[in-house]
Amino acid sequence: MSDTVARAPSSPVPAKRAPPAVIETHALGRRFGETVAVADLELRVERGEIVGMLGHNGAGKTTTVRLLNGVLGASSGGARVLGLDPWRDGVALRRRTGVATETPAVDDRLTGRQGLTYFAHIYGVPAASVARRVDEVLHIFDLADAADARVGGYSRGMKQRLSLARTLVHEPELLFLDEPTAGLDPVAARALDERVLSLRASGATVLLCTHNLVQAQALCDRVVVLEHGRMVAAGTPSELAAGLGAATRVTLELTAPAGLDVAALLRDVAGVHGVEDATAAEGGDAPPPDDPSAVRDRRLRLQVDDRAAIAAAVARLVNAGAGVYAVEREAADLEDVYFALHERNGAAA
Amino acid sequence: MNLRAMRAIAAKDLAVVRRSKAVMLPLIIVPLIMVLVLPLVASFAPTFANIPGASDLGALIEQMPESFQAQLAPFDEEQRLVVLLLVYMFAPLYLVVPMMVASVIAADAFAGEKERKTLEALLHTPTSDTELVLAKLAVGFVPAVVVAWSAFVIYAVVANAAAWPTMGQIFFPTAMWWVLALLVAPGVAAFGLGATVLVSARVSTFQEAYQIGGLVVVPLVLLVVGQAAGVVFLSTALVAVIGVVFWVLAAVLIGLGLRTFRRGELLARG
Repeated sequence: MSDTVARAPSSPVPAKRAPPAVIETHALGRRFGETVAVADLELRVERGEIVGMLGHNGAGKTTTVRLLNGVLGASSGGARVLGLDPWRDGVALRRRTGVATETPAVDDRLTGRQGLTYFAHIYGVPAASVARRVDEVLHIFDLADAADARVGGYSRGMKQRLSLARTLVHEPELLFLDEPTAGLDPVAARALDERVLSLRASGATVLLCTHNLVQAQALCDRVVVLEHGRMVAAGTPSELAAGLGAATRVTLELTAPAGLDVAALLRDVAGVHGVEDATAAEGGDAPPPDDPSAVRDRRLRLQVDDRAAIAAAVARLVNAGAGVYAVEREAADLEDVYFALHERNGAAA
Repeated sequence: MNLRAMRAIAAKDLAVVRRSKAVMLPLIIVPLIMVLVLPLVASFAPTFANIPGASDLGALIEQMPESFQAQLAPFDEEQRLVVLLLVYMFAPLYLVVPMMVASVIAADAFAGEKERKTLEALLHTPTSDTELVLAKLAVGFVPAVVVAWSAFVIYAVVANAAAWPTMGQIFFPTAMWWVLALLVAPGVAAFGLGATVLVSARVSTFQEAYQIGGLVVVPLVLLVVGQAAGVVFLSTALVAVIGVVFWVLAAVLIGLGLRTFRRGELLARG
């Protein structure tokens, strides 16, 4: 019996490139029968980076983690992780990685301390250091008081924290976190975020698979977006927004005659989209229908492609007799980028 | 071979088994029936010898090979009944103990881990496929043999004590039982493990693994029926052959399990 997972059939990643990436894939792919789980994945993650992997359920995030950690063979392409071939050197690689799986993965019938001690031994933490290291991670994840209680009695959030403690017990160089904040309350989720950031500060590299776009925006240096197993975008959130032309949101506050349809005025301005008169919705001063000439405060929400579109919109309003007294601009965030990508790819499909 | 990791896996699995009522109950009840209830009932069998059908045992003895009848010759009729039951008829039933212990623990260690969704984390650890399988096999094999040998000792004590009024001498264990306990019982445990490992890789729950793996008890049932029908007679030599056969079958099944166990395929099957 072989102890390695089936080797990827095609060419390996070029060996010489400086500095060496922690993760580097070349046309990496995996199929399950006719289903394509991951296709032609080109991914490069540098040491100390936190890279977010975003995508819907079934986009290929978990399969990618399994491929990169050498527990699932590739159907095509190649990869090097921490300088190792994940399929040929899987055991050596997994000594240096930690994987927080989607489910907590610590047996309900063990105590928290027993579960962590078990994994510490498997991961080769020096025997003399196991107890100390287990105590450390229990403390870090605020589980010291429950350390000797059965995991079956833990709340979901405690189990999730225990799973993360398990992932860190051997101080891995590379962390794969698969939906780590699922089931965590906001306080625990923020504590986890802080922990992830401190890991980066200590030199660890993190691949974070998540649906949580706010978390990804806050933590990740770069993100990659997967759809149907294919990488559809990669870069920083602002790079992605620029690349996509993802719209910037703008709120305009103005005064205008009640009879003036300010929203309609802007609908044909180049680079302006999604104009919405938010006056009534936001409790503004709605114009009484019987007095169209009365000047009222108005609030407009719109999306613009660039700064020139904002100027054009303001000019159009002023020329029509409105007085613009506030322009609030909000840059596209990861959520905008993500949904813009999804719309674009949905339209393409 | 990462022995430390293997020991950790085995120790964890045993700790988990000890805390599961669903797993522990059959592990306690079945051996207790085998080593306490059956010898006690059999020891009092002469008391019930006049009930309808009891005389069939005499007819059965007459159908046995002459060598066997010669072994029973020193005993009177009541003693023959006790010896027939405790030494020969219950021998295949004794083998249920190691087989069941091995199968239950292996089913919990493989399929149970899947069911509890703890398997993937284990597959992501720095262990090879071989180390995982061997650790899980050890988890089933060692307790199965320990329980089987303990059951053998208890059975011997209970049988001799309970049957003393009838037998008036220590008559157990016989040479055949020594072979049964030392050679066949571990072989049966290994056979049960091999079958359960193969099944467990393909099912999702402990119950499925245990139920399908339970088919391995069929050879033992055939032995019981064969003896009761007078078709098979468990001599020391035949028991030794049966032991070798179980070991060979176990080697084939475990070899197959080692060759086919792939963490990637387990994950791909989900």
